[in-house]
Order: sequence, then C-alpha cells, then structure tokens
Amino acid sequence: MAAKSRKKRTTEIFALGNEAVVEGALLAGCTFYAGYPITPSTEIAEEMSARLPRLRGGVFIQMEDEIAGLGAVIGASLAGRKAMTATSGPGFSLMQEHIGYACITEVPLVLANVMRTGPSTGMPTSPAQGDVQQARWGTHGDHPIIVLSAGDVQECLHMTVTAFNFAEKYRTPVILLLDEVTAHTREKITLPDPDDTYVFSRLTPSMPPEWYLPYEDNMRGVSPMPPLGSGYRYHVTGLIHDDHGYPTSNPKEVEQLMQRLFRKIDQFFYDIQMVDEIMCEDAEICVIAYGCVARAAELAVQQARERGEKAGLLKLKTLFPFPRPAVEKMIRKCPTLIVPEMNMGQMSREIKRVNNGQSKIHTLNRVDGQIITPGQILSRILKG
Amino acid sequence: MKKDLRLDRFEIRLSGLGGQGILTLGRIMGQALALEHGYQVAQTQSYGPEARGGASRCDLVISSQRISYPKTISLDLLVALGQEACNKYFAHLKPEGFLLVDTFHVTQTPTNIFWGLPFTQMARKVGLVQTANIVALGALTHFLPFMHASAVRKSLREILPAKIMEINQKAFNAGLNRAKKEYQDAPEKWKFF
Repeated sequence: MAAKSRKKRTTEIFALGNEAVVEGALLAGCTFYAGYPITPSTEIAEEMSARLPRLRGGVFIQMEDEIAGLGAVIGASLAGRKAMTATSGPGFSLMQEHIGYACITEVPLVLANVMRTGPSTGMPTSPAQGDVQQARWGTHGDHPIIVLSAGDVQECLHMTVTAFNFAEKYRTPVILLLDEVTAHTREKITLPDPDDTYVFSRLTPSMPPEWYLPYEDNMRGVSPMPPLGSGYRYHVTGLIHDDHGYPTSNPKEVEQLMQRLFRKIDQFFYDIQMVDEIMCEDAEICVIAYGCVARAAELAVQQARERGEKAGLLKLKTLFPFPRPAVEKMIRKCPTLIVPEMNMGQMSREIKRVNNGQSKIHTLNRVDGQIITPGQILSRILKG
Repeated sequence: MKKDLRLDRFEIRLSGLGGQGILTLGRIMGQALALEHGYQVAQTQSYGPEARGGASRCDLVISSQRISYPKTISLDLLVALGQEACNKYFAHLKPEGFLLVDTFHVTQTPTNIFWGLPFTQMARKVGLVQTANIVALGALTHFLPFMHASAVRKSLREILPAKIMEINQKAFNAGLNRAKKEYQDAPEKWKFF
C-alpha cells in the first residue's frame, strides 16, 4: 500500500523583501526581536512587532538605540531564544562592538543589515552595497564571521532560515546583507511547508551540570549551549577565556580558543559556501555579483547570450567566509571577469586577491544611489 | 471574457505626488496580478524622504516567466496623476507605449495620443477625494486586457480595511464604467509581441 501522502501546506503571498525576512525568521523559530527601526529596514521591525506578540513566548522590544538592541538580542540568545535584529548602515556601525562580544562569547544570533547609501546618514531610501567589508571586519580583533547576502524576495526568506541554521550550528553571529532594492521589492513568494523546512536548533548539554564545560573543544569545535537558568552555571565574558569561561592570559589557552573559533567555521567551509552558477558551463566571460546587482547581471548575461557572447554569472550567496573555490573555478575557466558592485570595489578586491593575476578582472562600480542597470553590465560584457 | 495573456516584461509606472496613494494602487494591482492571475510580478517603489507632497512612483514589472531585473527598463504604460510626474517620466515610455493621465492634474500632455480621465473629479463625485487612486485602478482594469475586474476586487478587499471598503468599491466601479464608456476599444490597441 502506498504511503499516505500528506497535503503540503504551502501558501503564496505578495510580500516585500523585508516581510520575507520576517517570514523566514518565524519559520526558523525566532521568538525574540529587539532593535531600533531605521529606513530601509523598518518593515522588519514593523512586521515583527505585529507578529511576535501573537506567538507563544514571542517578545518584541523596541530599544533606545541599536547598541542596546543587539545587547538585548545577545541576552535573549544566551537565555535560549532564537533571536534577531535588523538595521541599516548607521545602526550597523553602532552594533559593531556587540558583534565582537557575540563572536567571543559564541552567541548565536542573526543580524539583517539592509544596506543604504553611506557613509553616515547618507541617503536613507537609496540602495548601496557599501557595508560588505564592514560586515566582515567591522568589529575589532581577529574574528571569524559568516556573512550572507540575498538578491530576490524568495531568497530573503531562504537565506534568513539558513542564517538562523548557521548561527545555531556554529554558535556565531550571522550577518545577512540585503540592500534597499531587495528590501523594498514586492514579489510573489511561496511560503514553504514548515514540515519540509530544514531548521537546526542549538545542542544543549546532556551531561550533569557539574561536569559541564561551556567552552570545551570537541570535534566540531562547537560546545553545547544551555539556556541560562536551567541549572548549568557558567561565566560569560568578553575577555579571552578558558574552557570554564573564566578570563585567562595563558598563551596556550588563548591560542587554543582563537584557533578553535576559526576552526569551527573553516572546517565546515563547504557547508557554508553557497553560490549559484547561471549559464556558467561553457562561459568565457563571467560576471560575479551578489545582492540586487546579481539580478541585473542575470538579465545582462541573458541578453549577451542572445547576441552570441558566451557569458555566465556566478552569484555569491555567501560573502564570507569568501567562497574562494567557486571563484577560483571561474577564474581558471574564464579569461575575463566582470565584477559589478554598488560600492568602490569591496568584493572585487577579494576576487583580485584570489585571482593572483591569472585573468583580467574588470570592476564596474556605481555609487550614486541607483542600482546598476543590465544595460551597463551588458555593454561592459560586449567590450570584453 | 478576458483570457490570460502571455507577457514578457510588461512594465508599468504609476506616478504622482506623495499622498495620492500611488503605492497602495501598485500594491493592489500587484497582488491581483501575482496571486489571482499567477503572473510573476516585481513591484518596486521610490519616494523621497519628504513623503507627502514629494514625487512618488511605483513600478510594476509583469511577466509570465521569472523576472530577473526587478526595476523597469522602458515603460509600456505610464500612469501620471500629476503634471510633474508626467513631464519627468514621459521620456521613459516606449514608442508604442501608452500614457494614462488624470486630466484634472495634468493639463499639458507631451503627446496628443493619450488616455485621459478626470480621476480626482470623479473621486470627489464619489464622495471622497482620496479615492482618486482607486478610480484610476478601475480605469486601469479596463485598459489592461490581462487584468480581470474580479481579481482586482478580491485583492482590493484583502488590502483595504473594511470600514472604507464601500466607498472604494464605488470609486472602483465609477472608474471602470467611465473608462468602458469613453475608451471602448482601448484594450485592443496593445501589441504584445
């Protein structure tokens, strides 16, 4: 007898990129949001404030500023919640200090940064991609971090779920970079069946509390994390700490901690690396793009193909750790690469670093608060 | 009965002043086309920090296939509810594209080939001047051969709050009927390929 088929519970909605982020977060089990609304990320806070209080145990707090917002998120995450916040450029600068704290204390959280034109207050309703290197290196000290990006509305939903999964799996802050175009585009999206969505939740310790070592090394480099107040007592500090969580300056223990922090991300690199190869099989000229620019590039590549140019698009979904193998593969294959970006070349410098002089890399930068058009990319492709 | 047409990047720009309800209009149209008709729709918007009184626009790209680039490239239809918007965006129109204006606000059209109805006056007659965008929606439902009135009515009910539903339905019907009467053959003028 055939297995009883279950009816799929998928629904279609017409939603903004920001609303899709909320849908993704709730799908992943987020029950806590704290933050300070800022254009163009306001709809995330707005939607969260409407949806979270209706959930069992759901909490939404509007804090006095972004610093406190991320602080509250770290606290909630330590207490066992899946927590997130969202902001834009100016708020992201304020949050940097706490991102470092979350890195060293290994607190899982998701931070959506909807990029707008900067620096400083810049242009609140204009898109840019100027926070790419800040997302990687914004907080001080050597630290590992995962930075993801999303280009269309459906992707916003999927990448938010993925961001939560990575945060929980590796006990690290995950930064989701969107831009104003993605955040304020309304499209039809399909909400997946919650039963079909892969959701990872952090492991909690199974040993008796007196045996628990909060920062003990193991194969994965990620130790189980109990919610505060559940009987497992441990010390949380921004100072370099030993296995018990107490400050240390013993070179051996410091080295061990730092190596482990990097190892836990590096050894799962192939799990984290996500790219889309579009028409890349026989490409001779490759466009490497991410976020909303990748959508313009996709149309440009299609138009170039219609004109007989063998063009391809490598769309980066994981920005950091930098998807080096995927980019290197395209560098070996294509003598010419084009990197369109809405900044002065923050990702192209990574690609040039990996390229090491093998292929020609052309940058295409636009910083006037307008999205790069397919026409611009097409004419660059045709120039070769 | 209208049937579902195959579309390849049909681009519409709705423009006017902030406060005229341009974004609401775009959202209702987008939802009707995306959820009721099953087209792929990308709706983007642009507004200055000043909100009311400033220039406001809302772009829709409608296609039967997946939409890669969400913004408009060259317009098939420009809806201008203000003179300034009409002057500013007319140049983005395709040679075979159409212009629909609110003749109350747009007194000078850059071309003699256009569709025009006094949306603001009609809204005033309905009883609420703020419903001018819904009157325009009614007219658009007639002008666009791929948009059914039943689909638009449904998304209208879903998006607008119940307490202003009645007057908006009246406005919608006013726009639809007036457009049907004055531009009977308009829907046949489109060349889709």
